[in-house]
Amino acid sequence: MTALITADLVDVGIAGLDRDGVTRRLIDLLVAAGRVTDADGFQADVRAREAQMATGMPGGIGLPHARSDYVTVPSLAVGKLAQGVDWGAPDGPATLVFLIAAPASGDADHLKILAALARRLVHPEFRQSLLDAPDAAGVAEIITREVVPA
Amino acid sequence: MKFVAVSSCPTGIAHTYMAAEALEQAGKAAGHEVHVETQGAAGSVRLEPDLITQADGVIYAADLDVQGKERFAGKPVLDVGVKKAVHDAPGVIAQAVAMVEAARAGAPAGAAPAGAAPAAAATRVAAAPPRKVGVGTQIRKYLMTGVSYMIPFVSAGGILIAIGFLLATLAWDTNGAIEVTKVVNGFDGGALVTWIGDGFSVTSLQSWAVLIFWIGKWSFSFLVPALSAYIAYGIADRPGIVPGFVGGYAAGLVGAGFLGGIVTGFLAGFLALWISRWKVPKGVRGVMPVVVIPVISVLVVGLVTALIIGPPMKAVNDGLTSWLNGLSGSNAVLLGVILGGPLNKVAYVFATAGLANATLSSDAPAKIMAAVMAAGMVPPLAAALATVVRPRLFTEGEREAGKSAWLLGLSFISEGAIPFAAADPLRLIPSFMAGGAVTGALSMAFGAGVLAPHGGFWVTPLVYQPFLFLLAILAGMVVSAALMIVFKGIGHGSDAEVADEAELVTV
Repeated sequence: MTALITADLVDVGIAGLDRDGVTRRLIDLLVAAGRVTDADGFQADVRAREAQMATGMPGGIGLPHARSDYVTVPSLAVGKLAQGVDWGAPDGPATLVFLIAAPASGDADHLKILAALARRLVHPEFRQSLLDAPDAAGVAEIITREVVPA
Repeated sequence: MKFVAVSSCPTGIAHTYMAAEALEQAGKAAGHEVHVETQGAAGSVRLEPDLITQADGVIYAADLDVQGKERFAGKPVLDVGVKKAVHDAPGVIAQAVAMVEAARAGAPAGAAPAGAAPAAAATRVAAAPPRKVGVGTQIRKYLMTGVSYMIPFVSAGGILIAIGFLLATLAWDTNGAIEVTKVVNGFDGGALVTWIGDGFSVTSLQSWAVLIFWIGKWSFSFLVPALSAYIAYGIADRPGIVPGFVGGYAAGLVGAGFLGGIVTGFLAGFLALWISRWKVPKGVRGVMPVVVIPVISVLVVGLVTALIIGPPMKAVNDGLTSWLNGLSGSNAVLLGVILGGPLNKVAYVFATAGLANATLSSDAPAKIMAAVMAAGMVPPLAAALATVVRPRLFTEGEREAGKSAWLLGLSFISEGAIPFAAADPLRLIPSFMAGGAVTGALSMAFGAGVLAPHGGFWVTPLVYQPFLFLLAILAGMVVSAALMIVFKGIGHGSDAEVADEAELVTV
């Protein structure tokens, strides 16, 4: 099974972008890695999901996500933002953004990993360890180690 | 305590699991046991039946229909959206604990503490609001969801209009209510801009009276659309809102009033619910909520309102108008009946049209106007009185609405009664009609008259026979409130419980 995340899919220095810009930056990482086939198409799917309910989560998390035909491998791209960007959470802007890309017809194993990720995000110490990670490789390593299906 | 919960969200990969984890953690922190069934994209593992049996309460943190609801029959259920569970899980747990405690308090004395034995849980079932409810109760729940969202529009509009009257009375002296009504009724949409440019003056109290009165009327123009939209929302959740709003607006256009808005609300709700359950190919699923459901549901609701609801409503309104014109002007009992009822606009227009032919407040058209005004003040005043005399018959929202209904009634703003009438039309409309009839007849018999088309209590200085006029209102108000209380007591003692549950759902 392909890893959910690699260091290529992490950008620890995003600055000066708005919500759409951050999302696009992360999508571009996924496209470069060959995990998403069409950046515009996937972005439209993410926007449609975002329009249903904002995905800002407590603790400064933005969690844009979509199941889409343009996704070939279930993937996670992570961005750390220099300044917080409003992601629609009531408790404030997001500084840590997780873009979840799931294929439209994902098999259950992959979806279970994503579910495990969502559960981990609730825990403050997990979020803090990601914020403290010095570089992209560190972030990818923490997620790969900590996020295991229940 | 022990809880079982179900979480779900539209995509089924993020909120569902965050809510589950958040509820479990918050439960642990507060010393409760929470087991969550995640009905998400990764498939769900059903809760063990034993866990459900032992649970003191059930939490739905679900944005989709909960699958297998029947498993939880008889348990107290807290229904919050998935979002609330993600962002405020401790709050949800606290609410669930309070719910269970309330359900226990309602249990028959001597029942064993919950959780001690399954039998105790079964006893509690009878006292807790049952989740599986009859069709009538379900309909009332939808109605009350709509009404609870409409009430703020009523208070905002009604109180601003009353303030407008008050300022007008200061600005124009006793004729204020007449003047302010005249100015605002003369405005159509485009004239607003012109008036702001030419007629409005920051230093003129008259200008402020007009503007505030007018803003209140804007708020009122959303009453029926909001009622319709949130009835539909209660039924279908978010997809119901758009067809509900459009249908409610159209119901206003075709003269069907709030009863029409109730019809469009139910139509829009069930239609949107049905469409949202269609099995569609994956490619279409993404555009269902933003394109397919809104387009189809708005089209159908619009067509039905224009072609099926519209024509008979026009016939009824026209028939009523010509029948009123045929009356000698003495039959104020019937006028009062109409005023208390849902078609009171017709009687009001009839009365104000007649005013043009009157010069003295003792002339016949002025007497009709007084009867119409007095009878139109009765429904909100009666509702306000009833909420004070028998508060337990009303929901929290209605009791609040009752407070502003005093002011609305005194200002002859009959809309103050709509929240009550819309929540329970079959019992309350007859009460209002009866009270209106009493007041209309008395006002006519007393020979009260008024040349002002609006204003209620604020124009009493202009009324011929003002004390008898007020006496007529008082009599109708008491009769109407008494009937409300009697009718409300018939057939369903548990209405307040149903209502409380409805409000819980809409939190």
